[in-house]
Amino acid sequence: MAIKTDFLRSIPYFSGLSDSEIDTVGKYIFEKKADRGEILSFESEPADVLFFVTAGVVKIFKTSADGKEQIFRIIRPGESFNDVSILSGMPNLISAEAMGAVVLYAIKKKDLEVVLREHPQIAMNIIQVLSRRVQELVSLVEDFSFRHVTGRVAKMLLEYAGDGVGEKPRLTQQEMASMIGTAREMVGRSLKNLEAVGAIRLERNRVVITDQEVLRETAGIT
Amino acid sequence: MGEMPIIDKAKCDGCGLCVSVCACGALKLVEKTVQAIEVDECRWCTLCELVCPNEAISCPFEIIIEND
Ligand code: SF4
Ligand code: SF4
Repeated sequence: MAIKTDFLRSIPYFSGLSDSEIDTVGKYIFEKKADRGEILSFESEPADVLFFVTAGVVKIFKTSADGKEQIFRIIRPGESFNDVSILSGMPNLISAEAMGAVVLYAIKKKDLEVVLREHPQIAMNIIQVLSRRVQELVSLVEDFSFRHVTGRVAKMLLEYAGDGVGEKPRLTQQEMASMIGTAREMVGRSLKNLEAVGAIRLERNRVVITDQEVLRETAGIT
Repeated sequence: MGEMPIIDKAKCDGCGLCVSVCACGALKLVEKTVQAIEVDECRWCTLCELVCPNEAISCPFEIIIEND
């Protein structure tokens, strides 16, 4: 299949390039398809290919020793992954998995190096992409290290449920995250933590508070 | 049972990302907006909400205290 140059142009990596530059870059790009659940890069393995998502969604995640998964990023069409590992030459710190059928554009590390040397504009674009990435990661690090997200979710649940009287609007995980100033990615994991300590029970679309005492303890309210 | 994720048709641009991640076949595109069909397999995984770039589909939770 021919590489769609229109799509290449819409990728932040290649913005501001002339038509002929886009054509040259396009020669190095190849297409790859993957199905739901396919792992596209493995934690602790060096990456050899940089990927751009053109259709579908890829998740970037890490699995802890006890098998819990933490999602770091959701890669939608136009966005890239593997770049940090490619550019640093170090093994990947995270894994990437296709969340459904996906179509990727890919470029080999050695070809990217050629392209970068010949088109410095791309290097400038990459600096921007990576700077933005660093900013997002710093705010996630903040969440992990300073904010005791599980405790805050516990507090939010207690306050929201109140005395349990009356109907309250239902909340999405995004809304819960906004209420306590954290990323949505943190909320699902916190809810699972609270379930593991027996404070709540997760039903299909309900959070049932089963032990207010434990919830209060986790929230640091005594 | 029976309840399905809520779709805000005004926000949905029909990109289909939610459809691509839903494993239960509950979502489909009809004339450039997504529609949810009631299926028992939807376990409220919330992936459709997670991947939507426009906050057009949501999976809200009721928060209740267990009566014992
Ligand atoms: S919650 Fe999960 S299973 Fe249900 S419609 Fe959304 S993606 Fe599909
Ligand atoms: S991901 Fe969002 S915008 Fe795209 S089709 Fe689904 S609901 Fe609509």
